[in-house]
Amino acid sequence: MNALITTALLGVVLMFTGLFVKNKQQIKYIAILGALLAFVANIVDLQTISGGGSKVLFGMLEVSHFSILFNAIAIGATLLYFILCGSAFEKVGEHVADYFALIFFILAGITMTGAFSNLLILFISIEILSIPQYILAGADKQNLKSNEASLKYFLMGSFSTGILLMGIALIYGATGTFNVTEMALGTGELNPMALIGITLLGFALSFKVSAAPFHFWTPDVYDGSPTVFTAFMATVVKAAGFIAFLRLFHVTFNGGNMSSHWQLVLAIITAATLIIGNFTAVFQISVKRMLAYSSIAQAGFMLFGVISLNQLAVQGIMLYAIAYSVGTIGIFAILLKMKDYTFDGFNGLAKKQPFVACVATIFLMSLAGIPLTAGFFAKYLVLSAAIQQGNLLWLVIIAVLCAAVSAYYYFRVIIAMYFKQGDANVENVTPGFKVALFVTAAIVIILGIFPGLLLQLI
Amino acid sequence: MLTVLFILIPLVAGLISFGLKGSGPKVLSIISALATLAVTVAAWCQFKTAPEALQFTASWIPQLGSSFSLGLDGMAVMLCLLTAISFPLIFITIFNKNYENANSFYGLMLLSQAGLMGVFTSYDALLFYVFWELALIPVYFLCSMWGGEKRIPVTFKFFVYTFAGSLLMLVGLIYIYTQTSDHSFSYSTFTSLALAPNEQAWLFWLFFIAFAIKMPVFPFHTWQPDTYEQSPTPVTMVLSGIMVKMGLFGVIRWVLPVLPLGADMWAEVAIVLSIIGIVYASCIAILQNDIKRMIAYSSIAHIGLMAAAIFVKNEQSLDGVMLQMFNHGINIIGLWMIVEVIESRLKVKTMSDLGGLASYAPKMSIFLVIISLANIALPLTNGFVGEFLMFSGLFQYNYWFMAIAGLGIILAAVYMLNMIQRVIFGEANPLTQTFTDLSTGEFVALSVVVLIIFVLGVHPQPMLDLVHNTTAALLK
Repeated sequence: MNALITTALLGVVLMFTGLFVKNKQQIKYIAILGALLAFVANIVDLQTISGGGSKVLFGMLEVSHFSILFNAIAIGATLLYFILCGSAFEKVGEHVADYFALIFFILAGITMTGAFSNLLILFISIEILSIPQYILAGADKQNLKSNEASLKYFLMGSFSTGILLMGIALIYGATGTFNVTEMALGTGELNPMALIGITLLGFALSFKVSAAPFHFWTPDVYDGSPTVFTAFMATVVKAAGFIAFLRLFHVTFNGGNMSSHWQLVLAIITAATLIIGNFTAVFQISVKRMLAYSSIAQAGFMLFGVISLNQLAVQGIMLYAIAYSVGTIGIFAILLKMKDYTFDGFNGLAKKQPFVACVATIFLMSLAGIPLTAGFFAKYLVLSAAIQQGNLLWLVIIAVLCAAVSAYYYFRVIIAMYFKQGDANVENVTPGFKVALFVTAAIVIILGIFPGLLLQLI
Repeated sequence: MLTVLFILIPLVAGLISFGLKGSGPKVLSIISALATLAVTVAAWCQFKTAPEALQFTASWIPQLGSSFSLGLDGMAVMLCLLTAISFPLIFITIFNKNYENANSFYGLMLLSQAGLMGVFTSYDALLFYVFWELALIPVYFLCSMWGGEKRIPVTFKFFVYTFAGSLLMLVGLIYIYTQTSDHSFSYSTFTSLALAPNEQAWLFWLFFIAFAIKMPVFPFHTWQPDTYEQSPTPVTMVLSGIMVKMGLFGVIRWVLPVLPLGADMWAEVAIVLSIIGIVYASCIAILQNDIKRMIAYSSIAHIGLMAAAIFVKNEQSLDGVMLQMFNHGINIIGLWMIVEVIESRLKVKTMSDLGGLASYAPKMSIFLVIISLANIALPLTNGFVGEFLMFSGLFQYNYWFMAIAGLGIILAAVYMLNMIQRVIFGEANPLTQTFTDLSTGEFVALSVVVLIIFVLGVHPQPMLDLVHNTTAALLK
């Protein structure tokens, strides 16, 4: 609850900061301090929950260990993002403070995804985190591609919101309540109305997390948006979508044999997402677009957490959220300082900037799921959740083969940096930036060697 | 406690090496490799008296039922010994060579040693997997950075191939883990778990493909000749001398005890694939003009015999395999040393460009002949003992298999002797006339190899005693 209040207030504060503080550097520091404050406020919330969770807002939000941990991950990742990418905000346009404010509003939406216990709150949180994204996607007003991305995202996003709402309405019609825990969907045959509702909700959320075949907006939007905002949209926001997905399907649609109604559909969506994401990423020439497809591919892995109904899945999706967000933010931070976004643009970077290349290698290895990086244990956990589930082994085999494919395109960047000749360089690498990169890489490695540090919290 | 040092010494030395300059990494890596060797020999001595003191367990990820547990059995001691002997030999052979970015080169070499030692000593399935990958990554970078002209696509293929195999193995490991009653990755839990025959039947393939790619067994071998050819020779030594043993080791350590029924069920298929590999690779080896490619194919043939012998699974064959893992490692590293000697002096490695080296480099030629004969498995050399045991094991299983596999020895004689003839005899050409004989370092390194060849050829009993308890435990 603290997290929700602080982030929403910070959004307002940052908006006004733009009026009074003209120095863009200072605005960035204020935002970083704000994120830090939200992080601490969120941790303080731990005191209010004893044992289980505590219901707030007339029982519409449930603050629990789970939600606080995810908020910590999301706000922590945003903090890293501000530190690593914050200075690139100025390049996008004049209204730096507004961009920070919008991101805080997104965060406010995110803090509800792990805590909602009412379908209305789910809807509101998804809307709160979506609308600022439409604006951010079009922040580069002079750029036609940015405008296109924004419009495309807005139209498609609104459409999926409609489907989400329709699903909620149908479920309300079938059960007479919005409350996800009180909803008695029964253990016998499912009411057709509820069944359609569940399906529509599944589709709408699949759209939000860019699972195939609802992924078509992703590459264009991620490619067209200003890179610095792509970094945020593709990571923290996407992870939040998964948390909402997970919570809804694990808590609400999981009594009796209910999972049998949707598990297969989601499994097929997962398989399609993995195959389309990975195989299309192979053919990209721009690293930025490759990362867009890789985000679809990684979404396929995170979907394992949704379809496997056990504790491992929850742990897996949490670790995945960190590993994926941190790794991708790190890569984007480096990409932002490059002139050329193609694979060839990375040629020979290791000679010019050995440190940056080394850190980038760690991030890419984590995304590929090589052991001793956080990405390995993230993949390990979601896969073992699916294997424990029993009937999903075919999907696991598809997933590991896709993971091998993913090594192909992540390693292309490594090959370009280390083994090819070229004069790639990164601009204005300050010592502070290096320290921040170092810390980010250290998180990846430490969680890769001792994932127990995080697992004991879940 | 000694077992931890196997991994720790090269790991720490490797990391330090990245920060050093000049000849620092070179010296450090030799010191580290010798220190590792000393520790390994000490562990070997301790293994005879108090093997349980070599176990080491520390908490790692209790939430997942995985612990950092290391240990040694006879086979592991032998393979660690092989690793520990090989690295100093490699470093001595290349001592005069100056690599670009030497600090990274030596650092990565040492990291791969740490990974290999970890693979051979882990007694926890997840830890085994982590080390399995850890051994691969440095080698990938080594091949891609210091390899030949076509290194990038070739090593990439190698990497994706082995990575895909490893991931399948990971699925297998996780599946077995979910079946354990106490949710643990420990070796004892895995081996005491009796899985249903139909589960073992498909789990077998998840593991076998991973290990077969690494060995490599026909038809998973296509990455290997290119990679051996393109890699810098010291890395090829690591790859062919030690890393391929990871595959054989994996089958013996993890497949046979954990999936005994699966292994029995598919034994015949695996043996047939291996034997096809022997004949096929031997025939191709005869046709090669490039020495490196010839040795690469010869390695496929030898590994094929070992893979077949594992699945035969009787006392002689298993003793033979384990002994031969060591012998093959030593012999092939010896061959690569000679290739490195030739290549570093003449910059060529094709047989048609060579000839008449016997009169310009008599010392090297003698070494080449001895090592080649050991590779053909002539009596009194180490190769003979292992191959003899494997063939007699194979004979007991099915004499037709043995007869076809036996072709491998004849064909080996054809390509090895042909190579000797074309490289050291015949007419010298202007290029080979400039050849200078071995330097002291090279001489010492090759002498060690030849010494091991003869000692183990005449008196293999200590090694057999060492591995026999592993065989006995497997057949129990």
